[in-house]
Amino acid sequence: MRIGIVCPYAWDVPGGVQFHVRDLAEHLIRLGHEVSVLAPADDDTPVPPYVVPAGRAVPVPYNGSVARLTFGFLSAARVRRWLHEGAFDVLHIHEPVAPSLSLLACWAASGPIVATFHTSNPRSRVMVAAEPIVQPALEKISARIAVSEYARRTLVEHFGGDAVVIPNGVDVGFFARAEPRPEWSGADVPDGGTIGFVGRINEPRKGLPTLLEALPRILAARPGVRLLVAGRGDEEEAVKGLPAEVRARIEFLGMVSDEEKAALLRSVDLYVAPNTGGESFGIILVEAMSANAPVLASDLDAFRQVLDGGAAGELFPVEDAEALADAAVRLLGDPERLAELREAGSRHVRRFDWETVAADILSVYETVTTGAAAIVGEDPGGGWRARLGLARD
Amino acid sequence: MSIWIWVAFAVVLVGLYLSWTAGRLDRLHARIDAARAGLDAQLLRRASATLELSTSTLLDPAASVVLYQAAHGARTASEERRELAESELSQALRAVFAEPEQVKELRALVGGEEYVVELSSAVRRVPMARTFHNDSVRAARAVRRHRIVRIFRLAGYAPFPQTVEIDDEAPPVLVAPA
Repeated sequence: MRIGIVCPYAWDVPGGVQFHVRDLAEHLIRLGHEVSVLAPADDDTPVPPYVVPAGRAVPVPYNGSVARLTFGFLSAARVRRWLHEGAFDVLHIHEPVAPSLSLLACWAASGPIVATFHTSNPRSRVMVAAEPIVQPALEKISARIAVSEYARRTLVEHFGGDAVVIPNGVDVGFFARAEPRPEWSGADVPDGGTIGFVGRINEPRKGLPTLLEALPRILAARPGVRLLVAGRGDEEEAVKGLPAEVRARIEFLGMVSDEEKAALLRSVDLYVAPNTGGESFGIILVEAMSANAPVLASDLDAFRQVLDGGAAGELFPVEDAEALADAAVRLLGDPERLAELREAGSRHVRRFDWETVAADILSVYETVTTGAAAIVGEDPGGGWRARLGLARD
Repeated sequence: MSIWIWVAFAVVLVGLYLSWTAGRLDRLHARIDAARAGLDAQLLRRASATLELSTSTLLDPAASVVLYQAAHGARTASEERRELAESELSQALRAVFAEPEQVKELRALVGGEEYVVELSSAVRRVPMARTFHNDSVRAARAVRRHRIVRIFRLAGYAPFPQTVEIDDEAPPVLVAPA
């Protein structure tokens, strides 16, 4: 199958959507499909051979943070040329409402279009105002995919209609095979244990402040506990206001590579995800479960769903440091429960494996292409006479 | 004089808008047709996979008869009974594949694995195809309800699109990852 994938965000900036597109493309290529990815990137940015750069991405404040997007006349021309040269059987657009390449591709293409909606934010004024502009483009999408039940609900609220839920994929084997490091494990320390956290330190939505607030309480019950924090950010700023003996139990690992992250998740005795919101999926929880780490997460809609309603990991009320501390102390002191969680997590996580996810996405491609024999091409746009004669049938 | 220029300008603008909306509507109708064809293909595929399995002698006789009857009914149903017959096929599949052991045993038999793969991919795709179809119906309906579309009869004689309502829930043990 000839598959065209459009990524709206700059290729060289790490992000959930970009990783998803990269992994999906590589997986589909391994299965023997022809894949071309159109993504914002400078012509001199090093990109894998399957990526076609669509020009420089401009930093624009969008959706509460600064996103690097591509739009304008030149990009639109590149999109049209890519569509024309690609002659794809199916076009897969990611995040079609982001004012970037995806929306441009949606405008320019015809034929079977599949779209994946990644974000979930509550209905906003921008969305309401943008609706009449983007709706005609969205109408062309033959199949919509939402990455979680939560993302699907947002989509239905904003634009009506329906979507199938296919979760984000994770290379489960990569995390399951990682070698644990003894220095990151705390099982042999009496009243000890290690707690892992991965995420940007000074991004409040990742919830590190809640975890740090809970830490003194955890240490009071289990003085041997260590907290391992992996992620970019100002470490001094983060621990400001904490007593020195608590600080001594925190280890900042800075930015870690994928291998180090896998090893960290493999080693820790408990993974804590104290996020306070803005999550539509929670890929890190899936990665932790793949690495066989017991998970304790805040009770967000998205997390609850990824954790199978609480069966594959424990939940605590959002931003409730006290509840977090109590749960952590209870879990670390109960090796049997931890083993249970490890077992439940690694069983549950199989549905997020790329094998399963890619097979589902391929089923979507095949479902839409069976119906439409047409090849994705350019929208004729000026099909004037054809349009005037439309009222006939 | 200049007033007529403006009037002509306005008429052209309105005409362009109407033409564009008609094009949009035409695309939506084409999308419904494609989605409907896709759904039909998936339903047919599911019925054939079930028929093949039921005549393969890999299942016990009772289950074979139940599946054969339901699949035959879905394949030969008249247009009015189609939705009902497809729902009955879903129910029959769920009844036969109620326990994980059933799938496990079928897999263990010679040639059983292929039937499981074929059937599970079919039961997975039917709900997808139906979601996509009903989504396109909803989009077309939203445009067709516009006053301008109704006044100028931009939809022509195309029938008002209808959603397909069937029970297409797949047997959980067939769609669970192996």
